[in-house]
Amino acid sequence: MTLLRLRDLDVAIGGTPILAGVGFDLAEGAVMGLVGESGSGKSMTALALMGLLPEGATVTGRADFAGRDLLALSETALCGLRGREIGMIFQEPMTALNPLQTIGDQVAETLIVHGAARRAEARGVAAERLARVGLPQDRFPLSLYPHELSGGQRQRVCIAMAVALRPKLLIADEPTTALDVTTQAQILDLLTGLVAEERMAMLLITHDLAVVSGTADHVAVMQAGRIVEAGATEAVFRTRAHDYTRRLFAASAHRPDRRPPPPGGEAPPLLEVRGAVREYRLPRPGPFAPHPALRAVDGVSFALGPGESLGLVGESGCGKSTLTRAILGLDALQGGEIRLAGVPVGPGMDPALRARVQVVFQDPYGSFDPRWRVERLVAEPFHLTGRPDDWRDRVGAALREVGLAPGDGAKFIHEFSGGQRQRIAIARALIIRPDLIVLDEAVSALDVRVRAQILDLLAALQDSHGLAYLFISHDLSVVRAVTDRVLVMQAGRIVEDGAAEAVLTAPRHAYTQQLVAATPKIPEDWM
Amino acid sequence: MRIGFGLGILLSLAALVAALVSFVWTPADPTAMAIAQRLQPPSAAHWAGTDHFGRDIASMLMVGARTSLAVALLAVGIGMAVGVPLGLLAAARRGGLIDEAVMRMNDLIFAFPSLVIAILITAVFGPSAVNAILAIGIFNIPVFARVTRGGALSLWTLDYIRAARVAGKGMARISLEHILPNIANLLIVQGTIQFSLGILAEAGLSYVGLGAQPPTPSWGRMLAEAQTMVTLAPHVAIFPGLAIVATVLGLNLMGDGLRDALDPRLRRAR
Repeated sequence: MTLLRLRDLDVAIGGTPILAGVGFDLAEGAVMGLVGESGSGKSMTALALMGLLPEGATVTGRADFAGRDLLALSETALCGLRGREIGMIFQEPMTALNPLQTIGDQVAETLIVHGAARRAEARGVAAERLARVGLPQDRFPLSLYPHELSGGQRQRVCIAMAVALRPKLLIADEPTTALDVTTQAQILDLLTGLVAEERMAMLLITHDLAVVSGTADHVAVMQAGRIVEAGATEAVFRTRAHDYTRRLFAASAHRPDRRPPPPGGEAPPLLEVRGAVREYRLPRPGPFAPHPALRAVDGVSFALGPGESLGLVGESGCGKSTLTRAILGLDALQGGEIRLAGVPVGPGMDPALRARVQVVFQDPYGSFDPRWRVERLVAEPFHLTGRPDDWRDRVGAALREVGLAPGDGAKFIHEFSGGQRQRIAIARALIIRPDLIVLDEAVSALDVRVRAQILDLLAALQDSHGLAYLFISHDLSVVRAVTDRVLVMQAGRIVEDGAAEAVLTAPRHAYTQQLVAATPKIPEDWM
Repeated sequence: MRIGFGLGILLSLAALVAALVSFVWTPADPTAMAIAQRLQPPSAAHWAGTDHFGRDIASMLMVGARTSLAVALLAVGIGMAVGVPLGLLAAARRGGLIDEAVMRMNDLIFAFPSLVIAILITAVFGPSAVNAILAIGIFNIPVFARVTRGGALSLWTLDYIRAARVAGKGMARISLEHILPNIANLLIVQGTIQFSLGILAEAGLSYVGLGAQPPTPSWGRMLAEAQTMVTLAPHVAIFPGLAIVATVLGLNLMGDGLRDALDPRLRRAR
């Protein structure tokens, strides 16, 4: 039976159309995936259903949910519906909980607000719901605060809140995007289990085709505020009737053309890390106790040859970022050493040596000073080598190399999209012709099609400039597509090291096996 | 909100224009006494009436604006000139000894009631406008140091600062090229607020006789002198009081408006 029938949903914000004619049916107990790139209107559709659109939005259309039109309800009526009949989970578990309230109180609050239980009973129900989402009372008492939990555990609390009143519909907006792959697999398992057990329907919003293929019965593909294709997941994914769907698939499986890695062996390594140790001092447990130390990087050793692409894979908190900062010579090591072209690397290193390694960061929005023009941003590394007289021409040439116009140098960074910004970041890294570029999750924040373009660009630049890449990522499929060799890092140590293809198809270490198994995949025979 | 900002600019401009015009023209000589004409109510000849010595109050207010604005401006200047570099230094060496030392010195200054210390300074070195500037300026230092450090700390964690470090730039250069331009908004807003507080402080010091010395007109001293005559000739107290209220209110409204106008997040929310 149809639970939600959405028809002709149009949304405009300040006169700009955001959604046009969006419509679908969601049956009771079914899971429907809503996929598309950022800005395609996935989240806006969910917010329109919940009556949570930003101010200045105008909505037309019809959304029949259990005999009522959601789009015509008053705010008061919607308040009674949200949480009781429709639950919602957001992307960012770090900010979705109130840091000053215990998890028990937050789950109980949902029950009390809707008058479903009195305070004493509510805590009992909260305990039961938290146990159901994998936070049993003996290990996770109701009195815990959000900061005492990890990201995955917080997302479980959010789920417990969303399903506390056993809603008929659960809207999950990118529920696992901010999580590591092993945590993502657990959360997806939990969600599908809950939906089946409680006969809930779920609207799963995601940019990840693989997540949808493993979770949803039906899928709708969105592009620029419209649903371009919809149907049973397997049928849509197999036939790919619409051009946009085909392009999404091609991009997500994209592997750039790369020349074979240079024959190793004779050449001395470009970067050599030997027994690297980096510790952080933690706060004292007592007033006179010594500072305990956290070993973020614990005896890491590896070598990277000139022109090689090396992948470094691991989940958040494994020490990747700490190791990166040490390799860039920003932080000192407590033990071991890092050598670049045979010379030790550290905070006081020579500018000429520093100029041989550059970096591209993950966040295209935080990587640039908003008050500088692009040409000045790109030219910043010239600080290391001295700014040549023809620096403007060189900046123009670098911008052309990454696929932008030389005239873009006079613009400010806010005039560029995320993918263009990442191109500018690459131009900035290239400008002083380094031997090694560290790519710190450089494509993780990008949409699949933009990501494919950036990966192509990186492969072409490696070819033309003989660059070596240290490619740091949590995404196994991307690492596999662009690197020759891969290191797997867990809790500060390298646990596996080998050819990328071999490590990721036939992992030997238990942790790597776990990572590979947890990575969502589109079934082989659908491709 | 917009109306408040406009009103703020208008009131602040009025004080500024009065101060500037007073250099070349005042309705009458602000120091010329005419005992025969004392305590006259507002009239065509004396727009704001006369005080107990028969001096023209409107002229005194205009020259007084000069004193108030100059003292407050220089005091803000001292606070920024010393506080901002200290804050930048503390943020660059965050968590270190220098940071600790700078911030504890700030706490120390904050721990004293500011007016009492100002009175102490002017009492030791003798009352004068210069000493009032110094006294108020010293208490602006920790305010600017804190605002600077707070704003800078959040910037130091951003990737573009790390990119600058990878480009081999040192703490000082990054602070000047990246941090300072990006916290300029914060400093401008704090500057207008400290400016209005400075006017209040100057009025307070003059009121107790520790600011600008006679015969230089000053809003605070005009109030003090009017005190005994409030029942006899209320206008003598009302006009200097209005001048202070209007200027301080104007600067605060302008500060609030600037904060909203310069903060892109608030701009979008509206």
